[in-house]
Amino acid sequence: MTTHFVGDTLTLTGRSLRHILRSPDTIITTAIMPIAFMLLFVFVLGGAIDTGTGPGEGSYVNYLLPGILLITIASGIAYVAYRLFLDLQRGIFERFQSMPIARSAVLWAHVLTSIVANLISVVLVVGVALILGFRSGAGPLAWLAVAGIVTLFTLALTWIAVIPGLTAKTVDGASAFSYPLIFLPFLSSAFVPTASMPGPVRWFAENQPVTSIVNSIRALLTQQPVGIELPIALAWCVGILAVAVAVATVIHRRRIG
Amino acid sequence: MSTATAIRVTDLRKSYRKLHVLKGVDFEVERGSVFALLGSNGAGKTTVIKILATLLKADAGSADVAGFDVARQASEVRESISLTGQFAAIDDILTGRENLILVARLRHLRDPRAIAEGLLERFALTEAGDRKVSTYSGGMRRRLDIAMSLIGEPPVVFLDEPTTGLDPEARLEVWATVKKLASAGTTVLLTTQYLEEAEQLADRIAILHEGRIIVNGTLAELKKLLPPAKVEYVEKQPTLEDVFFAVTGTSHDLGKHDLPEGDRK
Repeated sequence: MTTHFVGDTLTLTGRSLRHILRSPDTIITTAIMPIAFMLLFVFVLGGAIDTGTGPGEGSYVNYLLPGILLITIASGIAYVAYRLFLDLQRGIFERFQSMPIARSAVLWAHVLTSIVANLISVVLVVGVALILGFRSGAGPLAWLAVAGIVTLFTLALTWIAVIPGLTAKTVDGASAFSYPLIFLPFLSSAFVPTASMPGPVRWFAENQPVTSIVNSIRALLTQQPVGIELPIALAWCVGILAVAVAVATVIHRRRIG
Repeated sequence: MSTATAIRVTDLRKSYRKLHVLKGVDFEVERGSVFALLGSNGAGKTTVIKILATLLKADAGSADVAGFDVARQASEVRESISLTGQFAAIDDILTGRENLILVARLRHLRDPRAIAEGLLERFALTEAGDRKVSTYSGGMRRRLDIAMSLIGEPPVVFLDEPTTGLDPEARLEVWATVKKLASAGTTVLLTTQYLEEAEQLADRIAILHEGRIIVNGTLAELKKLLPPAKVEYVEKQPTLEDVFFAVTGTSHDLGKHDLPEGDRK
Protein backbone atom coordinates (compact mmCIF):
# COMPACT_ATOMS: atom_id res chain seq x y z
CA MET A 1 0.00 0.00 0.00
CA THR A 2 2.59 2.52 1.10
CA THR A 3 4.71 1.70 -1.93
CA HIS A 4 2.17 3.56 -4.04
CA PHE A 5 1.86 6.56 -1.72
CA VAL A 6 3.95 8.98 -3.78
CA GLY A 7 2.57 7.90 -7.14
CA ASP A 8 -1.05 7.91 -5.96
CA THR A 9 -0.63 11.31 -4.30
CA LEU A 10 0.83 12.78 -7.49
CA THR A 11 -1.95 11.28 -9.63
CA LEU A 12 -4.64 12.70 -7.37
CA THR A 13 -2.85 16.04 -7.04
CA GLY A 14 -2.83 16.25 -10.84
CA ARG A 15 -6.58 15.74 -10.73
CA SER A 16 -7.31 18.55 -8.29
CA LEU A 17 -4.83 20.93 -9.93
CA ARG A 18 -6.82 20.39 -13.09
CA HIS A 19 -9.92 21.48 -11.19
CA ILE A 20 -8.16 24.72 -10.32
CA LEU A 21 -6.97 25.27 -13.89
CA ARG A 22 -10.58 24.89 -15.05
CA SER A 23 -11.92 27.29 -12.48
CA PRO A 24 -9.10 29.79 -11.88
CA ASP A 25 -11.67 32.04 -10.18
CA THR A 26 -10.86 30.22 -6.92
CA ILE A 27 -7.35 31.68 -7.05
CA ILE A 28 -8.53 35.13 -8.08
CA THR A 29 -11.27 35.36 -5.42
CA THR A 30 -8.70 34.24 -2.86
CA ALA A 31 -6.48 37.18 -3.85
CA ILE A 32 -9.21 39.82 -4.19
CA MET A 33 -10.16 40.28 -0.53
CA PRO A 34 -6.58 40.70 0.73
CA ILE A 35 -5.89 43.13 -2.11
CA ALA A 36 -8.99 45.12 -1.12
CA PHE A 37 -7.80 45.16 2.51
CA MET A 38 -4.41 46.35 1.33
CA LEU A 39 -5.93 49.22 -0.69
CA LEU A 40 -8.18 50.16 2.24
CA PHE A 41 -5.34 50.26 4.73
CA VAL A 42 -2.82 51.98 2.47
CA PHE A 43 -5.10 54.67 1.05
CA VAL A 44 -7.77 55.16 3.73
CA LEU A 45 -6.43 54.21 7.12
CA GLY A 46 -2.69 54.12 6.56
CA GLY A 47 -2.18 57.87 6.85
CA ALA A 48 -3.49 57.81 10.41
CA ILE A 49 -1.48 54.81 11.57
CA ASP A 50 1.91 55.41 13.11
CA THR A 51 3.94 52.26 12.78
CA GLY A 52 7.03 53.84 14.19
CA THR A 53 8.87 53.24 10.93
CA GLY A 54 8.76 56.92 10.08
CA PRO A 55 7.41 58.63 7.00
CA GLY A 56 8.51 57.73 3.55
CA GLU A 57 6.92 56.41 0.43
CA GLY A 58 5.60 52.90 0.59
CA SER A 59 6.55 52.54 4.21
CA TYR A 60 3.08 51.43 5.34
CA VAL A 61 2.77 48.90 2.51
CA ASN A 62 6.08 47.50 3.67
CA TYR A 63 4.72 47.24 7.21
CA LEU A 64 1.39 45.79 6.09
CA LEU A 65 2.38 43.15 3.54
CA PRO A 66 3.29 40.25 5.87
CA GLY A 67 -0.14 40.41 7.55
CA ILE A 68 -1.89 40.67 4.20
CA LEU A 69 -0.09 37.53 3.03
CA LEU A 70 -1.37 35.62 6.06
CA ILE A 71 -4.93 36.85 5.40
CA THR A 72 -4.57 35.63 1.81
CA ILE A 73 -3.66 32.16 3.00
CA ALA A 74 -6.32 32.09 5.74
CA SER A 75 -9.01 32.79 3.15
CA GLY A 76 -7.50 30.53 0.48
CA ILE A 77 -7.48 27.36 2.57
CA ALA A 78 -11.29 27.37 2.76
CA TYR A 79 -11.26 25.85 -0.72
CA VAL A 80 -9.59 22.68 0.59
CA ALA A 81 -12.51 22.08 2.92
CA TYR A 82 -14.87 22.88 0.06
CA ARG A 83 -13.28 20.49 -2.44
CA LEU A 84 -12.91 17.72 0.09
CA PHE A 85 -16.54 18.10 1.12
CA LEU A 86 -17.70 17.86 -2.50
CA ASP A 87 -15.61 14.73 -3.05
CA LEU A 88 -17.23 13.11 -0.04
CA GLN A 89 -20.72 14.19 -0.99
CA ARG A 90 -20.44 13.04 -4.61
CA GLY A 91 -19.18 9.60 -3.69
CA ILE A 92 -15.88 9.84 -5.56
CA PHE A 93 -14.10 9.77 -2.20
CA GLU A 94 -15.62 6.34 -1.51
CA ARG A 95 -14.66 5.17 -4.96
CA PHE A 96 -11.03 6.12 -4.28
CA GLN A 97 -11.10 4.50 -0.84
CA SER A 98 -12.46 1.23 -2.25
CA MET A 99 -9.54 1.07 -4.69
CA PRO A 100 -6.10 -0.44 -4.02
CA ILE A 101 -4.43 2.92 -3.34
CA ALA A 102 -2.60 4.44 -0.40
CA ARG A 103 -5.62 5.79 1.46
CA SER A 104 -4.01 8.92 2.86
CA ALA A 105 -3.02 9.94 -0.68
CA VAL A 106 -6.55 11.28 -1.10
CA LEU A 107 -5.97 13.83 1.69
CA TRP A 108 -2.39 14.68 0.74
CA ALA A 109 -3.44 15.42 -2.84
CA HIS A 110 -5.88 18.07 -1.62
CA VAL A 111 -3.25 19.48 0.73
CA LEU A 112 -0.59 19.80 -1.99
CA THR A 113 -3.11 21.39 -4.34
CA SER A 114 -3.97 23.93 -1.65
CA ILE A 115 -0.30 24.85 -1.26
CA VAL A 116 0.15 25.40 -5.00
CA ALA A 117 -3.06 27.46 -5.27
CA ASN A 118 -2.27 29.57 -2.21
CA LEU A 119 1.27 30.29 -3.34
CA ILE A 120 -0.08 31.54 -6.67
CA SER A 121 -2.52 33.81 -4.80
CA VAL A 122 0.33 35.06 -2.61
CA VAL A 123 2.42 35.90 -5.69
CA LEU A 124 -0.56 37.86 -7.11
CA VAL A 125 -0.89 39.83 -3.88
CA VAL A 126 2.85 40.58 -3.76
CA GLY A 127 2.58 41.80 -7.36
CA VAL A 128 -0.16 44.28 -6.42
CA ALA A 129 1.87 45.36 -3.38
CA LEU A 130 4.80 46.15 -5.70
CA ILE A 131 2.51 48.38 -7.74
CA LEU A 132 1.44 50.14 -4.51
CA GLY A 133 5.05 50.92 -3.70
CA PHE A 134 6.21 47.89 -1.72
CA ARG A 135 9.98 47.64 -1.83
CA SER A 136 12.41 45.32 -0.11
CA GLY A 137 16.15 45.10 -0.15
CA ALA A 138 16.04 41.50 1.04
CA GLY A 139 18.43 39.08 -0.65
CA PRO A 140 17.55 35.73 -2.18
CA LEU A 141 18.20 33.86 1.07
CA ALA A 142 15.83 36.10 3.03
CA TRP A 143 13.17 35.68 0.32
CA LEU A 144 13.68 31.95 0.43
CA ALA A 145 13.18 32.03 4.19
CA VAL A 146 9.96 34.07 3.71
CA ALA A 147 8.74 31.53 1.14
CA GLY A 148 9.56 28.76 3.60
CA ILE A 149 7.57 30.36 6.44
CA VAL A 150 4.62 31.12 4.14
CA THR A 151 4.60 27.52 2.85
CA LEU A 152 4.79 26.06 6.35
CA PHE A 153 1.97 28.33 7.50
CA THR A 154 -0.13 27.27 4.49
CA LEU A 155 0.56 23.62 5.21
CA ALA A 156 -0.50 23.97 8.86
CA LEU A 157 -3.68 25.91 8.05
CA THR A 158 -4.55 23.55 5.19
CA TRP A 159 -4.50 20.58 7.56
CA ILE A 160 -6.83 22.51 9.86
CA ALA A 161 -9.12 22.96 6.86
CA VAL A 162 -9.10 19.21 6.18
CA ILE A 163 -11.00 18.69 9.46
CA PRO A 164 -14.18 20.62 8.52
CA GLY A 165 -13.83 19.21 5.00
CA LEU A 166 -14.21 15.70 6.44
CA THR A 167 -16.86 16.50 9.05
CA ALA A 168 -19.08 19.25 7.62
CA LYS A 169 -22.73 18.55 6.89
CA THR A 170 -23.22 21.40 4.40
CA VAL A 171 -21.06 23.33 1.94
CA ASP A 172 -21.42 26.48 4.04
CA GLY A 173 -20.32 24.64 7.14
CA ALA A 174 -17.26 23.36 5.29
CA SER A 175 -15.95 26.87 4.62
CA ALA A 176 -17.29 28.93 7.54
CA PHE A 177 -14.47 27.84 9.87
CA SER A 178 -12.01 30.09 8.05
CA TYR A 179 -13.62 33.41 9.11
CA PRO A 180 -12.01 33.49 12.55
CA LEU A 181 -8.68 32.63 10.94
CA ILE A 182 -9.03 35.55 8.55
CA PHE A 183 -9.63 37.96 11.45
CA LEU A 184 -6.80 36.69 13.61
CA PRO A 185 -4.27 38.98 11.87
CA PHE A 186 -6.32 42.03 12.93
CA LEU A 187 -5.61 41.15 16.57
CA SER A 188 -1.88 41.02 15.95
CA SER A 189 1.02 43.21 14.97
CA ALA A 190 -0.05 42.89 11.32
CA PHE A 191 -1.66 46.34 10.95
CA VAL A 192 -0.65 48.35 13.99
CA PRO A 193 2.11 47.88 16.54
CA THR A 194 0.83 45.92 19.54
CA ALA A 195 2.17 48.63 21.88
CA SER A 196 -0.83 50.81 20.96
CA MET A 197 -3.37 48.21 22.20
CA PRO A 198 -5.08 48.13 25.63
CA GLY A 199 -3.84 45.55 28.19
CA PRO A 200 -5.71 42.24 27.61
CA VAL A 201 -5.92 42.75 23.84
CA ARG A 202 -2.25 43.53 23.77
CA TRP A 203 -1.46 40.41 25.77
CA PHE A 204 -3.48 38.28 23.35
CA ALA A 205 -1.95 39.96 20.30
CA GLU A 206 1.59 39.48 21.53
CA ASN A 207 1.11 35.83 22.38
CA GLN A 208 -0.84 34.53 19.40
CA PRO A 209 0.91 32.84 16.48
CA VAL A 210 0.18 35.47 13.83
CA THR A 211 2.28 38.14 15.57
CA SER A 212 5.47 36.10 15.67
CA ILE A 213 4.98 34.97 12.07
CA VAL A 214 4.27 38.52 10.88
CA ASN A 215 7.25 39.88 12.81
CA SER A 216 9.57 37.24 11.37
CA ILE A 217 8.51 37.90 7.78
CA ARG A 218 8.69 41.66 8.35
CA ALA A 219 12.18 41.40 9.80
CA LEU A 220 13.37 39.26 6.90
CA LEU A 221 11.94 41.67 4.32
CA THR A 222 13.38 44.78 6.01
CA GLN A 223 16.75 43.15 6.69
CA GLN A 224 16.37 43.36 10.46
CA PRO A 225 17.55 40.58 12.79
CA VAL A 226 14.75 38.03 13.30
CA GLY A 227 15.78 37.29 16.87
CA ILE A 228 13.60 35.02 18.99
CA GLU A 229 10.52 35.67 16.82
CA LEU A 230 11.54 33.20 14.10
CA PRO A 231 11.89 30.10 16.32
CA ILE A 232 8.61 31.02 18.04
CA ALA A 233 6.90 31.37 14.65
CA LEU A 234 8.27 28.04 13.44
CA ALA A 235 7.28 26.34 16.69
CA TRP A 236 3.70 27.62 16.31
CA CYS A 237 3.48 26.41 12.69
CA VAL A 238 4.94 22.98 13.42
CA GLY A 239 2.78 22.60 16.55
CA ILE A 240 -0.44 23.54 14.74
CA LEU A 241 0.54 21.26 11.87
CA ALA A 242 1.18 18.27 14.13
CA VAL A 243 -2.11 18.66 16.01
CA ALA A 244 -4.14 19.26 12.83
CA VAL A 245 -2.62 16.24 11.03
CA ALA A 246 -3.26 14.03 14.06
CA VAL A 247 -6.89 15.11 14.41
CA ALA A 248 -7.56 14.91 10.66
CA THR A 249 -6.02 11.45 10.47
CA VAL A 250 -8.15 10.13 13.32
CA ILE A 251 -11.32 11.53 11.70
CA HIS A 252 -10.31 10.12 8.33
CA ARG A 253 -9.68 6.65 9.77
CA ARG A 254 -13.01 6.71 11.57
CA ARG A 255 -14.77 7.87 8.43
CA ILE A 256 -13.47 5.09 6.20
CA GLY A 257 -13.88 2.38 8.82
CA MET B 1 -14.03 -21.90 1.35
CA SER B 2 -14.61 -23.61 -1.95
CA THR B 3 -12.97 -22.12 -5.01
CA ALA B 4 -16.36 -21.71 -6.65
CA THR B 5 -17.45 -19.17 -4.05
CA ALA B 6 -16.62 -15.54 -4.78
CA ILE B 7 -18.38 -13.94 -1.83
CA ARG B 8 -19.23 -15.54 1.49
CA VAL B 9 -21.09 -13.63 4.18
CA THR B 10 -21.62 -15.23 7.59
CA ASP B 11 -23.80 -13.84 10.36
CA LEU B 12 -22.99 -10.23 9.49
CA ARG B 13 -24.22 -7.68 12.03
CA LYS B 14 -24.10 -3.91 12.03
CA SER B 15 -25.82 -1.29 14.17
CA TYR B 16 -25.79 2.46 14.09
CA ARG B 17 -26.25 3.43 17.73
CA LYS B 18 -29.58 1.78 18.62
CA LEU B 19 -30.61 1.09 15.03
CA HIS B 20 -29.90 -2.55 14.16
CA VAL B 21 -29.44 -2.47 10.40
CA LEU B 22 -28.06 -5.97 9.89
CA LYS B 23 -29.13 -8.66 12.34
CA GLY B 24 -27.20 -11.63 11.08
CA VAL B 25 -26.97 -11.77 7.30
CA ASP B 26 -25.78 -14.94 5.57
CA PHE B 27 -25.35 -15.60 1.87
CA GLU B 28 -22.92 -16.94 -0.67
CA VAL B 29 -22.30 -15.87 -4.23
CA GLU B 30 -20.96 -18.36 -6.71
CA ARG B 31 -18.03 -17.27 -8.83
CA GLY B 32 -19.09 -15.84 -12.21
CA SER B 33 -22.74 -15.45 -11.26
CA VAL B 34 -25.02 -12.46 -10.83
CA PHE B 35 -26.50 -12.18 -7.36
CA ALA B 36 -29.25 -9.69 -6.62
CA LEU B 37 -29.86 -8.34 -3.15
CA LEU B 38 -33.41 -7.18 -3.15
CA GLY B 39 -34.94 -4.96 -0.54
CA SER B 40 -36.86 -1.80 0.12
CA ASN B 41 -35.22 1.50 1.01
CA GLY B 42 -33.39 1.29 4.32
CA ALA B 43 -33.31 -2.51 4.32
CA GLY B 44 -29.52 -2.45 4.74
CA LYS B 45 -28.46 -3.28 1.18
CA THR B 46 -25.96 -0.42 0.97
CA THR B 47 -24.57 -1.32 4.40
CA VAL B 48 -23.83 -4.85 3.18
CA ILE B 49 -22.11 -3.49 0.06
CA LYS B 50 -20.06 -1.01 2.09
CA ILE B 51 -18.83 -3.72 4.43
CA LEU B 52 -17.90 -5.95 1.49
CA ALA B 53 -16.10 -3.05 -0.19
CA THR B 54 -14.05 -2.41 3.01
CA LEU B 55 -15.60 1.03 3.54
CA LEU B 56 -17.35 0.04 6.75
CA LYS B 57 -16.51 -2.37 9.57
CA ALA B 58 -19.05 -4.93 10.65
CA ASP B 59 -19.85 -5.22 14.36
CA ALA B 60 -19.84 -9.01 14.18
CA GLY B 61 -19.78 -11.86 11.73
CA SER B 62 -17.39 -12.34 8.84
CA ALA B 63 -17.21 -11.78 5.12
CA ASP B 64 -14.84 -13.11 2.47
CA VAL B 65 -14.49 -11.60 -0.96
CA ALA B 66 -12.44 -13.42 -3.61
CA GLY B 67 -11.00 -15.54 -0.81
CA PHE B 68 -9.88 -12.60 1.36
CA ASP B 69 -11.32 -11.55 4.69
CA VAL B 70 -12.72 -8.02 4.43
CA ALA B 71 -11.58 -7.05 7.91
CA ARG B 72 -8.11 -8.58 8.03
CA GLN B 73 -7.10 -8.50 4.36
CA ALA B 74 -8.72 -5.24 3.29
CA SER B 75 -6.06 -4.23 0.80
CA GLU B 76 -6.18 -7.63 -0.95
CA VAL B 77 -9.96 -7.29 -1.12
CA ARG B 78 -9.60 -3.84 -2.67
CA GLU B 79 -7.32 -5.32 -5.34
CA SER B 80 -10.09 -7.76 -6.30
CA ILE B 81 -13.19 -5.59 -6.34
CA SER B 82 -14.73 -2.50 -7.76
CA LEU B 83 -17.61 -0.55 -6.35
CA THR B 84 -20.19 1.41 -8.26
CA GLY B 85 -22.09 3.36 -5.68
CA GLN B 86 -25.67 4.47 -5.63
CA PHE B 87 -24.83 7.83 -7.20
CA ALA B 88 -22.47 8.04 -10.13
CA ALA B 89 -19.13 8.62 -8.43
CA ILE B 90 -17.42 10.47 -11.24
CA ASP B 91 -15.51 13.71 -11.48
CA ASP B 92 -17.75 16.32 -13.12
CA ILE B 93 -14.97 18.76 -13.88
CA LEU B 94 -12.84 16.25 -15.76
CA THR B 95 -13.70 14.80 -19.16
CA GLY B 96 -14.87 11.20 -19.53
CA ARG B 97 -11.48 10.23 -20.86
CA GLU B 98 -9.67 11.90 -17.95
CA ASN B 99 -11.89 10.09 -15.46
CA LEU B 100 -10.95 6.74 -16.99
CA ILE B 101 -7.24 7.60 -17.15
CA LEU B 102 -7.35 8.69 -13.50
CA VAL B 103 -8.75 5.35 -12.35
CA ALA B 104 -6.34 3.38 -14.54
CA ARG B 105 -3.43 5.30 -12.99
CA LEU B 106 -4.73 4.68 -9.48
CA ARG B 107 -4.94 0.96 -10.27
CA HIS B 108 -1.30 1.19 -11.34
CA LEU B 109 -1.93 -0.21 -14.80
CA ARG B 110 0.26 0.18 -17.81
CA ASP B 111 -0.85 2.47 -20.63
CA PRO B 112 -3.86 4.20 -19.03
CA ARG B 113 -4.56 6.09 -22.27
CA ALA B 114 -5.10 2.94 -24.28
CA ILE B 115 -7.33 1.51 -21.54
CA ALA B 116 -9.42 4.70 -21.55
CA GLU B 117 -9.69 4.66 -25.33
CA GLY B 118 -10.85 1.04 -25.32
CA LEU B 119 -13.51 1.62 -22.67
CA LEU B 120 -14.83 4.78 -24.32
CA GLU B 121 -15.37 2.75 -27.44
CA ARG B 122 -16.90 -0.21 -25.63
CA PHE B 123 -19.39 2.04 -23.84
CA ALA B 124 -20.22 4.19 -26.86
CA LEU B 125 -18.68 7.28 -25.29
CA THR B 126 -15.90 7.95 -27.79
CA GLU B 127 -17.52 11.09 -29.17
CA ALA B 128 -18.27 12.45 -25.72
CA GLY B 129 -14.88 11.37 -24.38
CA ASP B 130 -13.32 14.82 -24.45
CA ARG B 131 -16.31 16.66 -23.05
CA LYS B 132 -16.64 17.57 -19.40
CA VAL B 133 -18.71 14.98 -17.57
CA SER B 134 -21.02 17.73 -16.28
CA THR B 135 -22.49 17.88 -19.81
CA TYR B 136 -23.39 14.15 -19.86
CA SER B 137 -26.91 12.73 -19.64
CA GLY B 138 -27.90 10.43 -16.77
CA GLY B 139 -27.40 7.30 -18.85
CA MET B 140 -24.00 8.42 -20.10
CA ARG B 141 -22.90 9.18 -16.54
CA ARG B 142 -23.92 5.72 -15.39
CA ARG B 143 -22.13 4.13 -18.34
CA LEU B 144 -18.96 6.05 -17.56
CA ASP B 145 -19.35 5.10 -13.90
CA ILE B 146 -19.57 1.40 -14.75
CA ALA B 147 -16.74 1.71 -17.28
CA MET B 148 -14.55 3.13 -14.49
CA SER B 149 -15.44 0.12 -12.36
CA LEU B 150 -14.25 -2.31 -15.00
CA ILE B 151 -10.74 -0.89 -15.24
CA GLY B 152 -8.22 -3.48 -14.16
CA GLU B 153 -10.83 -6.20 -14.68
CA PRO B 154 -11.61 -6.89 -11.02
CA PRO B 155 -13.10 -10.38 -10.60
CA VAL B 156 -15.87 -9.10 -8.29
CA VAL B 157 -18.02 -6.08 -9.08
CA PHE B 158 -20.49 -4.44 -6.68
CA LEU B 159 -23.29 -2.42 -8.21
CA ASP B 160 -25.35 -0.56 -5.64
CA GLU B 161 -28.73 0.28 -7.18
CA PRO B 162 -27.22 0.72 -10.63
CA THR B 163 -30.42 1.91 -12.29
CA THR B 164 -32.02 4.09 -9.62
CA GLY B 165 -32.91 7.44 -11.11
CA LEU B 166 -32.32 6.39 -14.70
CA ASP B 167 -34.83 6.68 -17.53
CA PRO B 168 -36.06 3.41 -19.09
CA GLU B 169 -33.64 3.56 -22.01
CA ALA B 170 -30.63 4.11 -19.79
CA ARG B 171 -31.85 1.28 -17.58
CA LEU B 172 -31.84 -1.10 -20.53
CA GLU B 173 -28.31 0.03 -21.37
CA VAL B 174 -27.14 -0.79 -17.86
CA TRP B 175 -28.87 -4.18 -17.98
CA ALA B 176 -27.13 -5.01 -21.23
CA THR B 177 -23.80 -4.01 -19.67
CA VAL B 178 -24.34 -6.21 -16.62
CA LYS B 179 -25.29 -9.16 -18.81
CA LYS B 180 -22.11 -8.73 -20.84
CA LEU B 181 -20.07 -8.54 -17.68
CA ALA B 182 -21.55 -11.74 -16.33
CA SER B 183 -21.04 -13.57 -19.58
CA ALA B 184 -17.35 -12.62 -19.40
CA GLY B 185 -17.06 -14.42 -16.06
CA THR B 186 -17.17 -11.50 -13.63
CA THR B 187 -19.00 -12.05 -10.36
CA VAL B 188 -21.62 -9.35 -9.91
CA LEU B 189 -23.37 -8.48 -6.68
CA LEU B 190 -26.06 -5.93 -7.31
CA THR B 191 -28.63 -4.36 -5.08
CA THR B 192 -31.94 -3.17 -6.35
CA GLN B 193 -35.41 -2.25 -5.23
CA TYR B 194 -36.87 -3.13 -8.63
CA LEU B 195 -38.18 -6.67 -8.77
CA GLU B 196 -38.04 -6.71 -12.54
CA GLU B 197 -34.35 -5.87 -12.48
CA ALA B 198 -33.54 -8.84 -10.27
CA GLU B 199 -35.71 -11.04 -12.48
CA GLN B 200 -33.93 -9.88 -15.64
CA LEU B 201 -30.35 -10.08 -14.44
CA ALA B 202 -29.81 -12.35 -11.50
CA ASP B 203 -28.92 -16.02 -11.29
CA ARG B 204 -29.86 -15.94 -7.64
CA ILE B 205 -31.98 -13.52 -5.70
CA ALA B 206 -31.94 -12.83 -1.97
CA ILE B 207 -34.49 -10.69 -0.23
CA LEU B 208 -33.11 -8.59 2.60
CA HIS B 209 -35.84 -7.60 4.99
CA GLU B 210 -35.51 -6.02 8.43
CA GLY B 211 -31.85 -6.89 8.69
CA ARG B 212 -32.08 -10.55 7.65
CA ILE B 213 -32.11 -12.55 4.44
CA ILE B 214 -35.62 -13.98 4.43
CA VAL B 215 -35.51 -15.72 1.05
CA ASN B 216 -32.60 -16.85 -1.10
CA GLY B 217 -32.81 -18.84 -4.32
CA THR B 218 -33.13 -18.87 -8.08
CA LEU B 219 -36.07 -17.18 -9.69
CA ALA B 220 -37.70 -20.58 -10.28
CA GLU B 221 -37.22 -21.51 -6.64
CA LEU B 222 -38.69 -18.22 -5.47
CA LYS B 223 -41.70 -18.71 -7.72
CA LYS B 224 -42.34 -22.08 -6.12
CA LEU B 225 -42.85 -20.33 -2.81
CA LEU B 226 -46.13 -19.00 -4.12
CA PRO B 227 -49.23 -21.12 -4.57
CA PRO B 228 -49.29 -22.85 -7.97
CA ALA B 229 -50.37 -20.70 -10.88
CA LYS B 230 -54.00 -20.90 -11.92
CA VAL B 231 -55.37 -19.90 -15.26
CA GLU B 232 -57.40 -16.74 -15.31
CA TYR B 233 -58.61 -14.62 -18.16
CA VAL B 234 -57.18 -11.10 -17.95
CA GLU B 235 -57.19 -8.60 -20.80
CA LYS B 236 -53.59 -7.55 -21.42
CA GLN B 237 -53.25 -3.80 -21.17
CA PRO B 238 -50.08 -2.22 -22.51
CA THR B 239 -47.88 -0.99 -19.72
CA LEU B 240 -46.71 2.61 -19.77
CA GLU B 241 -43.28 1.22 -20.55
CA ASP B 242 -44.61 -0.50 -23.69
CA VAL B 243 -46.16 2.81 -24.72
CA PHE B 244 -42.94 4.68 -24.06
CA PHE B 245 -40.91 2.39 -26.26
CA ALA B 246 -43.58 2.31 -28.97
CA VAL B 247 -43.77 6.10 -29.32
CA THR B 248 -40.03 6.79 -28.94
CA GLY B 249 -39.29 4.03 -31.43
CA THR B 250 -36.56 2.49 -29.27
CA SER B 251 -36.07 -1.20 -29.20
CA HIS B 252 -36.93 -3.16 -26.10
CA ASP B 253 -34.47 -5.85 -27.15
CA LEU B 254 -32.21 -6.55 -24.21
CA GLY B 255 -30.06 -8.98 -26.10
CA LYS B 256 -28.51 -6.47 -28.43
CA HIS B 257 -24.99 -5.63 -27.47
CA ASP B 258 -24.24 -2.32 -29.13
CA LEU B 259 -25.37 0.30 -26.69
CA PRO B 260 -27.42 3.13 -28.10
CA GLU B 261 -25.59 6.40 -28.69
CA GLY B 262 -26.04 8.53 -25.60
CA ASP B 263 -26.87 12.20 -25.52
CA ARG B 264 -30.62 11.81 -25.21
CA LYS B 265 -31.54 13.49 -21.97
